[in-house]
Formats: sequence, C-alpha cells, structure tokens
Amino acid sequence: MLELQNISYQVNNDSKDKEILKDINLKIDEHLVVITGPNGGGKSTLAKMIAGIIKPVSGKIILDGEDITELSITERANKGISFAFQQPVRFKGLTVMDMIRLAAGKDITIPEACGYLSEVGLCAKDYINREINASLSGGEVKRIEIAMVLARETKFSIFDEPEAGIDLWSFQNLIQVFEKMYKKIKGSILIISHQERILNIADKIIVLADGQVIDEGSREEVMPKLMKSNIACPTLLDKMH
Amino acid sequence: MDTIEKNLIAQVADIHKVPEGAYNIRSNGELAGRSTTANIDIVTKQDKSGIDIIVKPDTKNESIHIPVVLSMSGLKDMVYNDFYIGENSDVTIVAGCGIHNCGVDTSEHDGIHTFYIKKGAKVKYIEKHYGEGDGKGKRILNPTTIINIEEDGYMEMDSVQIKGVDSTKRDTKAYLSDGATLVIHEKIMTHGSQTAETNFEVDLDGKRSSANVVSRSVAKEKSKQIFNSKINGNNECNGHTECDAIIMDEASVSAIPQLTANDIDAALIHEAAIGKIAGEQLIKLMTLGLTEAEAEEQIVNGFLK
Repeated sequence: MLELQNISYQVNNDSKDKEILKDINLKIDEHLVVITGPNGGGKSTLAKMIAGIIKPVSGKIILDGEDITELSITERANKGISFAFQQPVRFKGLTVMDMIRLAAGKDITIPEACGYLSEVGLCAKDYINREINASLSGGEVKRIEIAMVLARETKFSIFDEPEAGIDLWSFQNLIQVFEKMYKKIKGSILIISHQERILNIADKIIVLADGQVIDEGSREEVMPKLMKSNIACPTLLDKMH
Repeated sequence: MDTIEKNLIAQVADIHKVPEGAYNIRSNGELAGRSTTANIDIVTKQDKSGIDIIVKPDTKNESIHIPVVLSMSGLKDMVYNDFYIGENSDVTIVAGCGIHNCGVDTSEHDGIHTFYIKKGAKVKYIEKHYGEGDGKGKRILNPTTIINIEEDGYMEMDSVQIKGVDSTKRDTKAYLSDGATLVIHEKIMTHGSQTAETNFEVDLDGKRSSANVVSRSVAKEKSKQIFNSKINGNNECNGHTECDAIIMDEASVSAIPQLTANDIDAALIHEAAIGKIAGEQLIKLMTLGLTEAEAEEQIVNGFLK
C-alpha cells in the first residue's frame, strides 16, 4: 500500500510562491486507481513525487509501512516502484531490447522480451533491434514505455497519461492493453488519465484539481459526479452552451 | 609474440588465433607474420617502410588483416601502406594499432594508408585504435588515409578509438569519381587529458557521387576533441556530414563542418550537435533501478555502439 501524508509542494515563480500540491492525503491500496482532473491540477507532479523525481516540501510518502520520502529515484525503483513517463525519453544507440533488458534488471532472452512487446500490441521482430530514437513514432515509444513497466514486474506501477500524444486508432488498442494488464499485473496500478474508457476500468477514482483532492471514491460513486460537474474551464463551457 | 602483444592484436583486430585469409602483422616496427592468398598479394616496399596490398579483380568475400602493435616504450614507427583494390572485387580490410607503453618514453605510430579502389570495387575498411600500459610515456597515433574511388566504387570506413590513446591526429582525404560512394563512421571516446583531432576532406568530383561522414564521440574529464569535416561538391552529387558529441566533466569539443558547392546540382548537408547527457535520460534509467553512474555508462556505451 502507498500512503501520502500531508504532501505539499510549491515552486518559486517570479519570486512568488505557487502552490502545486496542497496538503494531499491519500491511500492507494486498490488494484487499479485512476487520478483525473483538469490540466495543471498537480497530477503529474504527484506521480513524479511518488517515483522520487520531485521531493515534497513537506509531508511523507509511505510504501508498505516504510517511509520512502528521503529515498532516491534508484532506491525507490528497487523497492518496487515503476514509472511510465508521459513523454517517453529517446536514446540514440540504445535499442528496444537493451531497454527491456535494463527494465527487467536481468539478462532476459529475446523470446521473453518479445512477450512483453506483444502485450502492448507491438510485433516484436519489427522492433527488438530498433534504436529508441527519433525514427519511432509517438505511439510506438509510448507502447515501449509501457512494455518496460511490464518487464519490471514491480508492486507499484505508475502511468502518466498513457493516452497523451497517440492517435485515436492507437488509443483503441491501448485500452485493450490496459484491460489485459488489469488481469495480469500484480500489485497496484496508478494511471493518470482523462479518458472515460480508462476511468471505466478503475477500482478507485481520485479527482485532483488546483493541487487538492476534491473527490475520491469508487468508480460508481465518482463517475456520475464527474459526468455532470464542470471542472473544465467555465468560460469555455459557457461558450460551448 | 608475447601475451601483451597478443592482447593488443585481439583488441585492435578481434583476432585471437591466426586469421583466415591474407594478413600482415607488424610488431615493434618489424614483420611478425604474413600470409597471402591466390587473389591477394602483400609485398614489402623497397624504398620505404610499409607494404603494398594488391587485390586481384573480381576477388569476392575475402578479408585482409593488417594489425600493428607497439609494446616497446619509446618506439617511433612510421609506415606507408598502399591498397590496390581490383575491379569489381568485394573485400574487408581490418587495420588497427595497439600501443602498450609501460615505460617513460613516447610511443608513436604514424600510418599513411592510400587506397586505390578500381571500377565497381567494394571495400569495407575497419580501423581500431587502442592504447594501454601504466607508464608515464605517451601513446600517440596519427593515421592518414587517402582514398581514391573510381567509377561506381564503394568504400565504407569504420574507425574506432575508445581507450588509452593520449594524442591522435587523423587526416582523411577522399576523391570520388562518377557514381562512387563513401561512407565513414567514426567513434571516439577521450578521457583524462587526451586530445583527438579529426580532419575529413571529401572531394565529390564525379557525377552522382555521394559521401556520408558521421562522427559520434564522447569527451570525458579534461580531454579535448576537434572535428573538422569538409565536403566539396564539384559535380552533381550528394554530401552529408554529421557530428554528434556528448560532453562530460571539463572536456571540450569543437565541431567545424565546412561545405562548398561548386556545382548547381551539388546537394550538401551538415549537422552538428554537442551537449551533455540529457537529465531526463538519466532519470528514466534511474527509474529502472540503475544508479546515476550506471545510467551514464549505459547511455555512453549505447551512443558509441
């Protein structure tokens, strides 16, 4: 179980403090949890904070009873936290096989690596020796990023907007990937998403807006409210009506 | 040959036993082994130090290994090797120089390699440079390569210098006739206070000739690298030069591409990028459980692979 206790974070912008996260308290124990909410609400900051990329100004992060607030990215990764970036990083020279192998943390065989790629709907033999460079499309690197998390087989996996930057056709496939993953992956999955179809497979939904948790509960409780609330920009909504 | 020399040969030529095909091994300025084949002859030059390598026309899928090793501290070695590649042949040439210097004097090997690639011939040329030894003596390598490619000839040159060479100045000059193609891949890693200077100059003289000169390098600690790449388009031709460098610590890298088009149908491109390892690359690998140092190593190794 992952627990966030009184997490706050602010950045200094033009010598003015801007609060990004305000006293967040959350418990994540369910199999699939989705964090949603408007852009700029603090979702990605929260995900990066769990992975150790950003340190909170105050508060504690507890993983299975252990305080990991002061642990580095590497230490948290080794404790079982995986993180799929919203914008996957490209590497000149490192191949898909290299990355899957690094993710698995051991010398896996090509058939094993192919297994992970098939899970995300990539034909392994076309990709295994490709470099993760600019020649791959946004949808392809996104899938490889997800395959890397699968290869890690850790107890806590975070996906930051897996749907961002991919076309609609790829997105249909991606939903299937997550539906399949729901059954296969062990431990907790935390997905940051705006997509209704991803929200539809959540055991728990957390709504984050303006750095605060404004709603939290089961899909049945939260979804109906989300559908009619206007957490989107009111001016924009006015124009649309 | 002793163990040190055998190890140097393994490093520069990937040879662990006696190589197949033609070979010429030069050790501490002396001939240490030679073999020729029905199609490939190797002849010692009479007027100066060096060899002529003569490949008969239509020779296919044969290889030539010509490693040079220096294990005597303070030795200055200079050779002239000429390669005559017959029409329509297709061969692989593996050259390389390994220096082991555990003394206090400077060891230096300067090789001048000249290629005459005849009509329709195809050459893959692999050159590796390696230095080792804990003495204070410097290890210096200055290779010069002159390439002449006749009509529809093709040459691919891979040069690699990863470790242990204190100072290197590489000059490569190429002249391409109609339909000739030249592809160069250079990989360099420098560390400590090493210096590496590369000068490429390609004359695209022939119609539809093309050249692609690509350098990838990593400069660590206080090392210095200079990459000069000139392409002259003198006819309807395609030229591309690219320098991609990772800079670390207090190192310094200069990339100086120069393109000259002397013909309206010359299409020439240069690209150069120098920068440190991207922070997000390190973070990504750290989220996979690598330490920062391990992540750095993976990125550098991948980049130079």
